[in-house]
Amino acid sequence: MKPFAYLRPDSLTHASQLTEEPSAIPIAGGTNLLDLMKLQVETPESLIDVNKLSLSEIGDEGEGLRIGALATNTATAAHPRVRSDYPVLARAILAGATQQLRNKATTAGNLCQRTRCYYFTNIDQPCNKREPGSGCGALDGIARLHAILGASSQCIATYPGDMAVAMAALGAEVEIMNAGGETTRVPLEDFHRLPGDTPEKDNILESGDIITGVILPAPVKGVQLYRKVRERSSYAFALCSVAAIVNMEEGRIGDIALAFGGLAHKPWRDKRVEEALKGTEPSLKGFDEAAEILLEDAQGYGENDFKIPLTRRTLKAVLCEATGMDT
Amino acid sequence: MTLTINGESRSLPEDPRISLLDYLRQGAGLTGTKKGCDHGQCGACTVLVNGVRINSCLTLAVMHDGDDITTIEGMGTPDDLSPMQAAFVKHDGYQCGYCTPGQICSAVAMLDEVAAGWPSDVTDDLNGKVELTGDEIRERMSGNLCRCGAYSNIVEAIQEAALETKTAGADA
Repeated sequence: MKPFAYLRPDSLTHASQLTEEPSAIPIAGGTNLLDLMKLQVETPESLIDVNKLSLSEIGDEGEGLRIGALATNTATAAHPRVRSDYPVLARAILAGATQQLRNKATTAGNLCQRTRCYYFTNIDQPCNKREPGSGCGALDGIARLHAILGASSQCIATYPGDMAVAMAALGAEVEIMNAGGETTRVPLEDFHRLPGDTPEKDNILESGDIITGVILPAPVKGVQLYRKVRERSSYAFALCSVAAIVNMEEGRIGDIALAFGGLAHKPWRDKRVEEALKGTEPSLKGFDEAAEILLEDAQGYGENDFKIPLTRRTLKAVLCEATGMDT
Repeated sequence: MTLTINGESRSLPEDPRISLLDYLRQGAGLTGTKKGCDHGQCGACTVLVNGVRINSCLTLAVMHDGDDITTIEGMGTPDDLSPMQAAFVKHDGYQCGYCTPGQICSAVAMLDEVAAGWPSDVTDDLNGKVELTGDEIRERMSGNLCRCGAYSNIVEAIQEAALETKTAGADA
């Protein structure tokens, strides 16, 4: 590990000032960051330990729920209101990592975790995300985990998390304090970005920005499901995952929200798919048509071609379960 | 800046790069905690921090000012094994033994998590009581790998220790 300065601010303002330095990185749980520092993928000159800030609370926010930036994944998944009102979020968190990791991982850290692309984590390989302009090794290489939606010729990495996929389906907002001390809220589905020509930027955070929490809106009616397809049944990243919130009204699909993990550089939400399903009677034909809309621009890169039919089948299975249809 | 390891107070290292794992083994001389992958994938380095299990390889020692650490050395001694250690011996829950300290620390904390009602990925009812089935144990212990493949005996050992803990709790 390269040497770094270790700093422990005790106020948000001070933390924000310290992270304005270009080579400073905030550390919370550290489960992803320290891993990347050992590999010299991340080489900060200073590490800003934000754990002294009081940001771990989970509590009511109107009819919704506010989850502090430093709340652990464990605390969030075990919170009574998350379990009863936002089960898709509890399920998504529990489907990820291991208990040891979830005990350290935090809300903000989880949102900011980096891709698990093999070329990103190996400093001997080209990677435009790690070293802009060096090329993308995955384009003609090992691409099993990689994107089928929203990728660019510069980067086909995926956002690896589960928690954010459920939060995207729930319509959550990320609360961010900027260097000027102003607090803004950004819809979670706009927090992560597509790679385009600047894959080094995973999300919209600017220098000096500190995530202070995630706000879930008031709970909605309906069935909430999180289905994750992976290489083994525990402790593996998603090849494809679906977060679904579906409310049936007199035999027809009412309000519906769908978000997908493992497919893109961000949790993927396509409102056209939801619109196509809303108001319809559940049918395999209708689910097929919805999957067709979702995947019309999907592109495989050889090794991950299988993700296109896998996503179609996973979406159909989730919709069957959520609408109570026999298969 | 101090932390407590198995009840003994120690000062934190000056170099912030030192992981908690390296500090335990080299700074404190407690080599029971093992370094397997050093990347949070194998669980051999699992210890308890304030009663909660974590991978000690993925945290810096300097981040633990004031924390209370329990390692395998704090669980029991060869002459006075803890119930989980005794169950691992009885059920032959290891072959080479390298992953065992991490397995035992992990399993002890896991029983507390179940007692607290935390659900897992395989828990049917998120709001119901957790039954410690084989599937629950396997899922909850998925962060601890055993390259010898002693898994079936590890599950049996944990089931027995869980039963003893329950009985001891009922007696109290």
